[in-house]
Amino acid sequence: MHLAISLHDAVDLIPDGASVMLSGFMGVGVPDGIVHALAAAGKKDLTLISNDTARDTTGPGPLFAAHCVKKLICSHMGLNTIVQAQYASGELEVELVPQGTLVERIRAAGMGLGGILTPTGVGTLVAEGKQIIEVDGKDYLLELPLSADFALIAARSCDYVGNLSYMLTATNFNPIMALAGRTVICEPEEIVPVGVIPPDAVKTPGVLVDHVIQTTT
Amino acid sequence: MDPKALIARRVAQEIEPNTLVNLGIGIPTLVSDYLDEDMGVFFQAENGAVGMGHRPPEGMGDRHLTDAGGRFVSFVPGASTIDSAFSFGLIRGGHLDLTVLGALQVDEAGHLANWTIPGQYTPGMGGAMDLVTGAKKVIIAMLHRAKGEAKILRECTLPLTSQRRVDLIVTELGVFKPEDDGLHLIERAPNVTLEVILAMTEARLIHDTNVPEMHLGC
Repeated sequence: MHLAISLHDAVDLIPDGASVMLSGFMGVGVPDGIVHALAAAGKKDLTLISNDTARDTTGPGPLFAAHCVKKLICSHMGLNTIVQAQYASGELEVELVPQGTLVERIRAAGMGLGGILTPTGVGTLVAEGKQIIEVDGKDYLLELPLSADFALIAARSCDYVGNLSYMLTATNFNPIMALAGRTVICEPEEIVPVGVIPPDAVKTPGVLVDHVIQTTT
Repeated sequence: MDPKALIARRVAQEIEPNTLVNLGIGIPTLVSDYLDEDMGVFFQAENGAVGMGHRPPEGMGDRHLTDAGGRFVSFVPGASTIDSAFSFGLIRGGHLDLTVLGALQVDEAGHLANWTIPGQYTPGMGGAMDLVTGAKKVIIAMLHRAKGEAKILRECTLPLTSQRRVDLIVTELGVFKPEDDGLHLIERAPNVTLEVILAMTEARLIHDTNVPEMHLGC
């Protein structure tokens, strides 16, 4: 398949029951087009890995409104009333992960590490069932790698070979998730010729990107 | 003075020049209103901003530039952006001088609970567990009570955010410092008596006969 694909074809790649990493932070740096298309397609039983659930209609919000998500792994879900209701009713299974731990677990998967040791969560509910490892007299939690079938990411610019650049705080989880998805689909704001993104400005090398959503048809 | 403004103004006195500071959502966000812009303080946000400035003019927000609450911000000269892993590296790695956070409960041991009310409302911890665990200094900025309920308790009844002892608690009634021997009341708000503070606080407070008035700067 070509690097550039239509939104429709991208959605067809993702089956019911898939695990999906979705980048973004409170709706910023989220591939909104894919989110809306997945919701409209009525995908079922997704496991969604996302920093937060933003609000009812922003970020990953539409996926919950359309009942696409069975399990949610995130750090914050306080501002989405649909998520709160689905969690309360038992429809939605939730694993809450401290934000710094979440990004490091994703990074570990993407960088070939067997896990990370973090002091965050020691002595709290987060530590339940986890191995504690002492290093130089200090306790750390062993947190395991987190990968997914798909990483759905948003970029500012994408060139013809899939090199990506990001903009300001829309960077957030994007370059990390681009390493950890078995299939990486990017929704850029613009597609530019090779060379327009200078090598030093490329934050995700194109070799990591499997598909790019077309910005024009 | 408005209670929240009083809290923010008192917390602002704790901020040292040329430091890296993370302000939480709510009252902590107000703290930057009471700081001299020439102090060289860089405000960090979990979503990857180092050097956040004021809100942009109405209608001029850029959706690529927001704070950790998703609201539009601007940048100060010298600002930078980083990804989420780097952002939490700053937080956990000992590079963050101070974080100011809200709380559901704090207790005599200086333990903080601020991420879940089991069976009722679970927003999640977001970055709070990493911030409390990793920042060099943690200040709690909150209203003294919530819906008539005490928030400074003998022992937190809600799940903890960290086992780390916070450094200071500032409310509209006073300033409290957890130490090895318990929770010290070190300042009282203007026109607030010791008796009122004791009556409004469930935790046992260690204090002098005369508690000095809150230091609010000039």
